[in-house]
Amino acid sequence: MLARRVIPCLDVANGRVVKGTNFVNLTDEGDPAELAARYAREGADEIVFLDITAAHERRGTLLDVVRRTASQAFVPLTVGGGVRSVDEMRAVLRAGADKVSFNTAAVAEPELLTACARRFGSQAVVCAIDARRLPGAEGSASRWEVVTHGGRQPTDLEAVAWAVRVVELGAGELLVTSMDRDGTGSGFDTDLLAAIAGRVRVPVIASGGAAGPDDFVAAVRDGRADAVLAATIFHRRTYSIADVKSAMAAAGLPVRPIEEAAA
Amino acid sequence: MAEGRARIAVLDYGAANMVSITRALAVVGADPVVAAEPASIADVDALIVPGVGAAAPAMDNLTERGLLEPLREWVRAGKPCLGICLGLQLFFDASDEADTPTLGLLSGRTVALESAPTLPHIGWNSVELAREHPLFDGISSGSYFYFVHTFAPAPNDPSIVLGRTTHGRPFVSAVALGSLYGLQFHPEKSSGAGLRILANFVGLVTGSRATPAGAA
Repeated sequence: MLARRVIPCLDVANGRVVKGTNFVNLTDEGDPAELAARYAREGADEIVFLDITAAHERRGTLLDVVRRTASQAFVPLTVGGGVRSVDEMRAVLRAGADKVSFNTAAVAEPELLTACARRFGSQAVVCAIDARRLPGAEGSASRWEVVTHGGRQPTDLEAVAWAVRVVELGAGELLVTSMDRDGTGSGFDTDLLAAIAGRVRVPVIASGGAAGPDDFVAAVRDGRADAVLAATIFHRRTYSIADVKSAMAAAGLPVRPIEEAAA
Repeated sequence: MAEGRARIAVLDYGAANMVSITRALAVVGADPVVAAEPASIADVDALIVPGVGAAAPAMDNLTERGLLEPLREWVRAGKPCLGICLGLQLFFDASDEADTPTLGLLSGRTVALESAPTLPHIGWNSVELAREHPLFDGISSGSYFYFVHTFAPAPNDPSIVLGRTTHGRPFVSAVALGSLYGLQFHPEKSSGAGLRILANFVGLVTGSRATPAGAA
């Protein structure tokens, strides 16, 4: 049975792992390749690098970080941030990434998803959707707006409709971040996740707001997420990957057991 | 030249990530070679056909690089060859993915996963072993490996099946016929369990060398 993935996310700026609240107040938390290798040993099912400075500073992605990580951590690796063309995606994949995540670039040029999916397959194309809850309705009537540029730029796209569209365009997976919850430790936005998971067939990765193992369980059970991503609670060692997997297993969710001694 | 490390060529036909598979091979004690042209496989002990993406461009790229016929001849000569993911799928007669004719080295077709709750099938899933085989030495049935695909092989000969995996319905996730091996999952992305399988493959390659390196 397909296991629900637990994914540590490394937000990278200038080659270092950083994390802030709502994408501001960044603090340095270490070397990306080193942290990634540690997480792989500790049972991470996948590693996500998000180059959070790339979109607005117009830098390339961190090919060297990717190469160093892929050389020592034999788990799937997804890279997001600043990839704007088929050629740039090829460079990231050849450096050792398995998937590339598009966010701002997908909003600016949706056809890019199609071009990359045709060339590398949908399975390599992740669309990251940063969503902010629109004021007013709650529960099943909730609506969310897509935001870009690390949350600084509103769009007029409604998040669920956008999710459906990007899958049609070629995205093989969605990384859904609640910008209301990100970095706040108030739990994943399970309404947002369920609204999107109910409308697409591709896997949905939940992101934004994890405070403890119970939040991961809720993201899968209530949000219908296939995978759950977090940064701060892992970097600060508040909880380990094992803590999260234990809670998920105890809740009856399928997880990959952590290997005794990773090679 | 006479040292014992198996030289293994990984066919580079534009199938993206070559770093993980070559590094993984080095970690398990092999000597990996990236082969983008026929000359690169002249003096190796085994081939690996990696790959993700679509079948048709993969066949086109293999043809353009002059690797298609050398690969067929290699396998028909009974020399060790491991296909990973799309690489495995290419071994069969044809793929339902855009109705693409493939290598015809194994009898059967590559078909879309049926009744899958999510597609693509992305993530770690368990492999139930159908029979014992040295490729899975030290791996218990039910171990988890990393998958990322939408299609899977449907072999006509059930005796080549080494393992099955369930996503919606069961599908064939590992095969072997003589010295031809295929894995639908990515051992190079499957942590310790995946490295163990690659180590087993390298062991099979080393064991199959009839003569010391250099004599060929």
